[in-house]
Amino acid sequence: MNSTLILFLAFIAVTLGITYWAAKRSATAGAYFAANRQIKAWQNGVAVAGDYMSAASFLGIAGLIAFNGYDGFMYSVGWLVAYLTVLLIVAEPLRNTGKYTMADVLAYRLRPRPVRAMASLSTLTVSTFYMIAQMVGAGALVALLLKGAHISFSTAVIGVGILMIVYVVFGGMLATTWVQIIKAILLMAGTILLSILVMNHFGWSFGSFFGAITHVTYHDPKGAVVVKDFLQPGGMYKPPYGPLDLISLGIALIFGTAGLPHILVRFYTVPDAKTARHSVVWAMVLIGAFYIMTTFLGFGAATVVGRDFITKNGGQNMSGPQLASALGGSLFFAFICAIAFATILAVVAGLTISASTSFAHDFWTNVIHKGTERSPGEEVKVARVTAFVVGAVAILIAIELGPNFNVAFLVALAFAVAASANLPVIVLSIFWKRFNTAGAVWGLAIGLLSSIVLILIGPSIMGPQATAYIHRSAPIFPLQNPGIVSVPLGFVGAWLGTMLGKREADAESKFTELEVRANIGLGAEKAMAAH
Amino acid sequence: MPDSTQKTGAPIQASAPSSAASASQWDRVAATDEFKQLLKAKVRFVVPATIFFIVYYFLLPFLVGYYPKTMDKRVWGPVNIAYLFALSQFFVAWLIAWLYVRAARNFDAQADRILARLAKGGK
Repeated sequence: MNSTLILFLAFIAVTLGITYWAAKRSATAGAYFAANRQIKAWQNGVAVAGDYMSAASFLGIAGLIAFNGYDGFMYSVGWLVAYLTVLLIVAEPLRNTGKYTMADVLAYRLRPRPVRAMASLSTLTVSTFYMIAQMVGAGALVALLLKGAHISFSTAVIGVGILMIVYVVFGGMLATTWVQIIKAILLMAGTILLSILVMNHFGWSFGSFFGAITHVTYHDPKGAVVVKDFLQPGGMYKPPYGPLDLISLGIALIFGTAGLPHILVRFYTVPDAKTARHSVVWAMVLIGAFYIMTTFLGFGAATVVGRDFITKNGGQNMSGPQLASALGGSLFFAFICAIAFATILAVVAGLTISASTSFAHDFWTNVIHKGTERSPGEEVKVARVTAFVVGAVAILIAIELGPNFNVAFLVALAFAVAASANLPVIVLSIFWKRFNTAGAVWGLAIGLLSSIVLILIGPSIMGPQATAYIHRSAPIFPLQNPGIVSVPLGFVGAWLGTMLGKREADAESKFTELEVRANIGLGAEKAMAAH
Repeated sequence: MPDSTQKTGAPIQASAPSSAASASQWDRVAATDEFKQLLKAKVRFVVPATIFFIVYYFLLPFLVGYYPKTMDKRVWGPVNIAYLFALSQFFVAWLIAWLYVRAARNFDAQADRILARLAKGGK
């Protein structure tokens, strides 16, 4: 275990070093929040990939495939295809019309105070949901690594959480961008290595690799031996509601990404819309390659290590690290764990910064203080305090949930909230002239509320299975992912609010301005000179 | 806000985009044939591409969910249609992205022409 700890500490030292270096350079708000808009396309693409490929992708998907087979791979597919929504619909208009946060786009032609207040609330919610999953993953990982030292899951979550928050509070966006880039490269390298080791294990024969997947052996909870074909669909999504739940998950995944505040803010760090577009493509290449390789991680863990061993040693979320341990020994295990840790650190940093930026910029300055900073640097200070608060909330809920929730599943819920609350209002404010403030507030509120309520009364919180939080015979809402209901509700809410609200002459006349600006970049925020 | 340190290379400085002074500028641009053509060209690519990727994507959970037997047919050794169809999603997504980047080169050129004309004729 010592080698793991040494690698760990080495990585933490390097990342904190970068933070220190970046902290000295990020004195102004433009630098803290948007890295002076000087990030290059490839850098931003790698950083988007870094922000996106979280514990859910590296630990969660591998676990889902290792335990349920083919159905887990559905997460991989949805999470890549989602980028087409970002590329074709959201990235460029967003870059051209906003400044620091998702809400800038909404506030552009709508009445800023109510819109920013609601958008800030939904940003905080999505980020917190997402962060809970990361904290669960981090806690499980560190608890497994330090098993000999008797560190509990709660202690691990608190320790990791505090480290991450400190990181963001001092570094800001520039440090976050660099940690994303370094982490994305490490993660790709680790995944490629792991895939090579899996294929090596099967003598470089796809035939014998896929052959092994068709008869995965494990013991069910009652102790009986099960031999199952893991390529067969239906391992996780069983009738009667399974197929519908699978479609619901798909809706959340492909429409959620374009509503994720921490991904959207990345497009403000580049100089123009063209760079934003190219950075999405860079991200798609990396993310796609990574998700294809989850085939090796997940099925590799299922065949080489097996459910039985993983269940007893760290649980489902630790399938990837256990595969590394089985194929590459303790040093490689240490390396993969360090990468997983870096992955989580980077994602939490990205989430914290988007949540705190949204609160400081949208809520504090624009809603409470009507658009002016009372003293220079106030916004940055408020953002730092928010980072601490959001981090603390996520840590507490993660401890409450415990280590057994699959992190990919938890993150998919954050996607459902983003797809239901944020995506409808972003799309409508860019494309619908008649859209007004009431529509945005209603859309955000109904999308947010419906997705959260449906999760709370769904089978992941209420139900007979062991992971459920409230045990009762049947959940009120039968689907695990609420997307299929809550995303349409978000759109309906936005439409209904618009129709019931007063027509806003200002919003409609500014639509032309937004359309011109979104499409040719006239008047868009320019790159800033570094200080 | 520290935006005063803008780079100077940009052709147009509409630093206060919503001010009354520049309000007419937006309408002027929006009224030009060039701008209308740009919008039409974008719609002609983005709308079919979006519909296609959404339909192609949702075919996967739909077929896998409702026709698991058919999708489980082995077509390449032990590999079934379900896995190959899932894998194809990655390549289709990359293909659409590539086609969009190619099409967007024309959009950029059109936008640059509009911006250049504005810079020449504007204030």
